[in-house]
Amino acid sequence: MAAAGSSPAGPVLDTSAPPAGARKIADLKPDLLLTGDHNLCPGCGEPLAVRVWLEALQELGVAQDSILVLGIGCYTMFSATVDLDSVQALHGRAPSVATGVKRMRPDKVVLTLQGDGDMVNEGLQEVLHTAARGERVTCILLNNGVFGETGGHMTATSVIGQRTKSSLEGRDAEYHGYPILIGDLVARLQGAAYVARGSVHNAGAVARTKRMLRRAFETQLAGEGFSFVEVLTMCPTGWFIPTADGPDYLHDTLGEVHVMGELKVDGVVKTTEELHEENARKQREVESALERGGLDQ
Amino acid sequence: MSTTGVAAPTRRLMEGSEAIAEAAIAAGCRFFAGYPMTPFTELLETFARRLPEEGGVCINAESELEAVGMAWGALAAGARAATGSTGQGLSLMQESFSEITLAELPLVVFNMARSQGDYFQATRGGGHGDYRHIVLAPVDINEAVELTQLAFHLADRWRNPVLVYGDYLLAHVTESVLVEPLELPALPAKEWALDGTLGGSGRSRSISPLGLGKHGHEGPGIERHLRAIADKHTEIERAEQRVETAFTDDAETVVVAFGTPARFVRYAVQQLRADGEKVGFVRPISLWPFPSAAVAEACAGATAVATFELCTGQMIDDVRLAVLGAAPVVHLGGISTDGSGFGVGPLLDAEIVRDRILALHRDGPGAELPPLPLNERG
Repeated sequence: MAAAGSSPAGPVLDTSAPPAGARKIADLKPDLLLTGDHNLCPGCGEPLAVRVWLEALQELGVAQDSILVLGIGCYTMFSATVDLDSVQALHGRAPSVATGVKRMRPDKVVLTLQGDGDMVNEGLQEVLHTAARGERVTCILLNNGVFGETGGHMTATSVIGQRTKSSLEGRDAEYHGYPILIGDLVARLQGAAYVARGSVHNAGAVARTKRMLRRAFETQLAGEGFSFVEVLTMCPTGWFIPTADGPDYLHDTLGEVHVMGELKVDGVVKTTEELHEENARKQREVESALERGGLDQ
Repeated sequence: MSTTGVAAPTRRLMEGSEAIAEAAIAAGCRFFAGYPMTPFTELLETFARRLPEEGGVCINAESELEAVGMAWGALAAGARAATGSTGQGLSLMQESFSEITLAELPLVVFNMARSQGDYFQATRGGGHGDYRHIVLAPVDINEAVELTQLAFHLADRWRNPVLVYGDYLLAHVTESVLVEPLELPALPAKEWALDGTLGGSGRSRSISPLGLGKHGHEGPGIERHLRAIADKHTEIERAEQRVETAFTDDAETVVVAFGTPARFVRYAVQQLRADGEKVGFVRPISLWPFPSAAVAEACAGATAVATFELCTGQMIDDVRLAVLGAAPVVHLGGISTDGSGFGVGPLLDAEIVRDRILALHRDGPGAELPPLPLNERG
C-alpha cells in the first residue's frame, strides 16, 4: 500500500505514446529520416534545414532515385539518419564526388550537403567549377558563418564585426578580409541554372526555403544545369549568444550581408540591392496587411 | 556495365599511354578524371578521345584534388573508374587516396612518374593513417597492358586501390601492341554500390571511410572497421606478390630493379651471363606487396646484392628488409634526368648499367663505382 502523500502505484497518464497534440509535433520528423534524434545543440538550425530538403525530395517523388554526398561538419551526423544512399566525402570535396556519381548515374538526383567552412573555405574551387560546368547536381549549403563543429571559428562567410574564437575582437576587414557571398558568386556563372538563398530563422523563411529547394531539384530533374540553395542556419553555440536569440541574430547580422531571395532564376541574376529592395517591399506588404487585419477586427 | 571495350583486337603501333588507356577501357573502365602533367598527359588525352566513344566519361578536372574526387564519386556509383598523374600530382591526391582506401573503393591510379623517387609515395603512401595500395610496376608496354587490366580486377577483388607505376619511357615509347581482354575470374556484383533505389526503405546504403552505417543497421564502427582493413591488407600481402627472376640459382651478385629501368638491367645481366659472369636478376612486379620471400630466396648464396633505381635509392630499404643482413645491399643507380626533369637521363644506358654491375661483381660491395654520367645538355 502506498504511504500517504506518495505517488499512486499505477500511472496517472498513459506515457506509452505521446498524446495527440504532441504526436502532431513528433510527426514533423520527415519520413526520409530514420530517427528524429540528433546530437546537435539546442537552437541549431541545421535539423530544420535538413528537414525541408528531405520533405522537398519526398514530395517530388524521387526518394528512391536520389544519392546524397556529405561534406564534413556538424550536419555530417545526418549521414547515419538520412534514409538515402549516401557517400561521405572529404571536407570541401563533395561537389567533385557528386560530379562522379552523377556522370555515372545521370538519371538520379544527386545532391551535396555542405557547410560554409566545408564549401566556401576548404572547397571553394570545387563548387565554382561544378557550377561552371553546369553539372546537373544540387549543392545545398548550410551557412551559419562559423565553424560550429570545431567550437566557433571564423569562416569565409563570417560577417564583418562577428566575434569568433579566431576573430576575438570581431571580424575586421583590414585584418581578416571580407566575407564571400557564395550565392552571388555562383549565380554569375553561366552553368548555374538556379541559385537561391533561404533561411530557417522563422516559419515563413522555412516555407520559402522549402520552395527554393523544390525548385532546385526540379531544375536538376529537368536537366537545366547546376542548382544551388544556400540556407542560413542558426548556430547560437558558435555565435556565443543565448539560444533563444539565434533567429533574431541570424536575421539582423548574417541575413543583412547574405541577403535572402532567389539570386538566379531562368538565367536572370538579381543583385544584392535588388534583393534588399524586394525583401523590403515584401516586408511592407506584410506589415500593411497585418495593420489592415488589425483594423478589420 | 560492359567489360569488353575492344571488339576485334589487332596488333598495332601504339604509344604506351595510348595502350594503357585502351587496356583500361578493355577492362571496363568507364570513368577517368585527370589534370594534364608531363609525362602523364597523353594518358588523359587518350581517355578524353576514347571514353565518350565507349559510353564513358573523361573529365579534365580543375585540379588533381577534384580529379580524384570525381573518380571517388564514379566508384561509389559502382563504375570502374581511374585517375592518374605524375608523382607530383599524386602528392595532391594523397588525402583522398587514404580515405578512398578506408572507404574500400576500387580506385585505379596511374603514376607516369618523372623518376623512381616516387617509390616511397607509392608503397608507403603519402597520406595520413594506416593504408596500403597494391602497386604494379610494368617493365614494358605489353606488360603494362596486362597489368592495367589486372589492376582493375584486383581493385574490385579486394575493394582496394591499385596503383600502376609507369614513367616517361613507358608513356612515350611506341611499340607494337595487342590489347586483348584478359581472362580473369568473375567477381561478385557490387551490392555496396549506390544507385539510390534503397532510399526511404530503411535499408539505404552508406559509403563511409569510418565504416559508419545507418541508424538501425550501424556499420562495424571505426575500430573494427580499421582492423578489418588491416586484416585485408595482411591477406593481400600473402596473395598478391609478383616477381620475375633470372639466373639467380648460382648468382654471386644479384641486381634488383623495377619498372622500365629493369629492362636495361635485365639486358645487362643477360650480357654478363653470356660472358660467364655469375650475376642474377630480380624484378619485383608488385612493389606492394613487396615479394620479400622471393627476393630473399633469389639472393640466398649471393655475396653482393644491389638495387638499380633511378633515384637515390628507395626500394633498397625493402630489399634490405627482405635479405635481413644475409648479404650487403648497395645501390648502383642514382638521380639521372633529361634537361626537362621529366624524362630519361644518361644513366639509362645498357653499357653504363653493365659497367656498374660488373664493378660490383668484380670488386664486391666496397667497389668504387664508375662516376654517374651527367646530362651535359643540362
